[in-house]
Amino acid sequence: MSAVAPAVPTAPRSTSRAAAVALEGLAGRIVEIEAALTNQTPGLKLVGLPDTALREAQARVRSAVEHSGFEMPSRHLTVNLSPAAVPKHGSGFDLGIAVAVLGTTGTIDAEAVADTVFLGELGLDGRLRPVPGVLPAVRAAARAGRPRIVVPTASGAEASLVDGIEVVAVPSLRTLAIRLGADLEPVDVEPVPGPPPLRERSTAADLAEVVGHAEAVEALVVAAAGGHHLMMVGPPGAGKTMLATRLPGLLPDLAGEAALDATSIASLAGHGVDRVRTRPPWQAPHHTATEASIIGGGSGRIRPGAVTRASGGVLFLDEATEFAPSVLDALRQPLESGRIAVHRAAARAEFPARFQLVLAANPCACGQWQSAGGTCTCAPAARQRYLGRLSGPLLDRIDIRLHVDRPSAAEVRLAREEAPRVTTAAARERMLAARDRTAFRLRGTPWSINAEVPGSWLRHPDRAPADGAAASLDVALERRLINLRGHDRVLRLAWTLADLRGLDRPGRSEVGRALALRSSDA
Amino acid sequence: MAQKDQLGRRGEDEAAAYLTALGWRIVDRNWRCPSGEIDIVALDGTELVIVEVKTRSGRGYGDPLEAVDPRKLTRLCILAGAWRRAHRDVRARTTRIDLIGVLAERHREPVLDHLRAAA
Repeated sequence: MSAVAPAVPTAPRSTSRAAAVALEGLAGRIVEIEAALTNQTPGLKLVGLPDTALREAQARVRSAVEHSGFEMPSRHLTVNLSPAAVPKHGSGFDLGIAVAVLGTTGTIDAEAVADTVFLGELGLDGRLRPVPGVLPAVRAAARAGRPRIVVPTASGAEASLVDGIEVVAVPSLRTLAIRLGADLEPVDVEPVPGPPPLRERSTAADLAEVVGHAEAVEALVVAAAGGHHLMMVGPPGAGKTMLATRLPGLLPDLAGEAALDATSIASLAGHGVDRVRTRPPWQAPHHTATEASIIGGGSGRIRPGAVTRASGGVLFLDEATEFAPSVLDALRQPLESGRIAVHRAAARAEFPARFQLVLAANPCACGQWQSAGGTCTCAPAARQRYLGRLSGPLLDRIDIRLHVDRPSAAEVRLAREEAPRVTTAAARERMLAARDRTAFRLRGTPWSINAEVPGSWLRHPDRAPADGAAASLDVALERRLINLRGHDRVLRLAWTLADLRGLDRPGRSEVGRALALRSSDA
Repeated sequence: MAQKDQLGRRGEDEAAAYLTALGWRIVDRNWRCPSGEIDIVALDGTELVIVEVKTRSGRGYGDPLEAVDPRKLTRLCILAGAWRRAHRDVRARTTRIDLIGVLAERHREPVLDHLRAAA
């Protein structure tokens, strides 16, 4: 009987490294994955603040490695995810862990992959499964200056949307290992498909289908041109929802970072992504929605809420008075700053939340107050309480308040006789021209639409409205019809109206019209 | 002799031959006491080594060494103490525990995996 040389040298082996990305909100940071063999009985231990899904990577990685034609090392493996203090969530670290593990046994060249980032969940058979949030993770890797990222085949198109980083899409761990120098025969595998891509809203809802409501249609164009928040009050069946759904069609396409942000948010929400989303999103949460679903939250990984999913587009709250007051007031911070920061004991995530708010409400509990042909049965105090559920600070941030009534029989008749109606295409052209004027006027400032401009800038004497139009505003201010914030909002609206009419500055008529839009009895 | 005992015996013989080839002195084999059994006791220079041999005929149930869990290691420590108390005449400075995994697949040369100082 001959003595056999030991299969494993007795000295402890060198460590091996790979990298992955930990996402917190839309921001991500590089996580180094170190694997080290230690002189103990075989096993795999994962350290560095993993959550449950990540801890289970131990079982997935082991099975995937063995089903890909490799053997797990016959010593104890310690896998460390560093920085250890950053919370890590989900299964996207599987691939990086597997690569680091294979590096310790010399199966693949660990040095060659030290600066590559790996993303993907491993199936037990060694195939790669797509994970949510590939796009923000690839953006984070590119920002961190990493030259290369490996993703599952199904996420290849999504990852390629980011410039400045080489994307390698592979169907399985075995295929990747062969690319990295493992001595194995390639095996054809069916890549795991990703979730179906989220189709962008078609612009089927056209303004031209709106019967009557000429004033409301004009208000929508103003809202779109200046990015102003909008509230519509009217009886049930007046067409508030119908009008609101036509606002996204009026908004301009998203471009650059805003488009990538919107696409990243869709990716985080688990939707398939195959190209950059350019149409403004639309979110219409039900009035029973919780604060966490609107703002974002959740235990463990912090998920984006409706304000973030609506970023760059429209957040429509139908039956706004029925929402919990705490939910409505939570909207104030994103309305003001365009961002939302969600804090948890262990982590903090910041998301973009630059949405255009559209509120719709009945005027009172029975819905008939001030409506044509309706008789309100509510007591005056009850009526006051009803709209009083919308807090003053929230209403102060809404530039346009509109009373929407059911179209009268005369209006319907007129509409039938082919009165010239505003089409979405025509309205969009006016809106785009107005936005161009605004952007030109605001060049050199950090703002690009009127809704963003602060009051101090508007009140500057150089920018006073023409022909003493400010006088009527001063009267309104004196009579306490509006407060100072309301005064600024009226000025802002007046500028949008001037931009829509191609004027250099707002005059009497624009200020008057802005006052009407702002303080119409709602 | 049951088949599994035969396999174990073969693995232990392989391990003993390997240790002899390393230049160790085999002191005792299959020593039994009420707490259990020690497969091999050897002297590596002046160090006494308690060797546990695990033999498998395939990898279907994982690596042979995976079968040695913390409980088994604890038991080996107790056995090491028992052996030393029973053999006060054997002079050794220190004691350690080694594991040897033997993969004895059919029609193949057995493969040994020696894990030093497991405890």
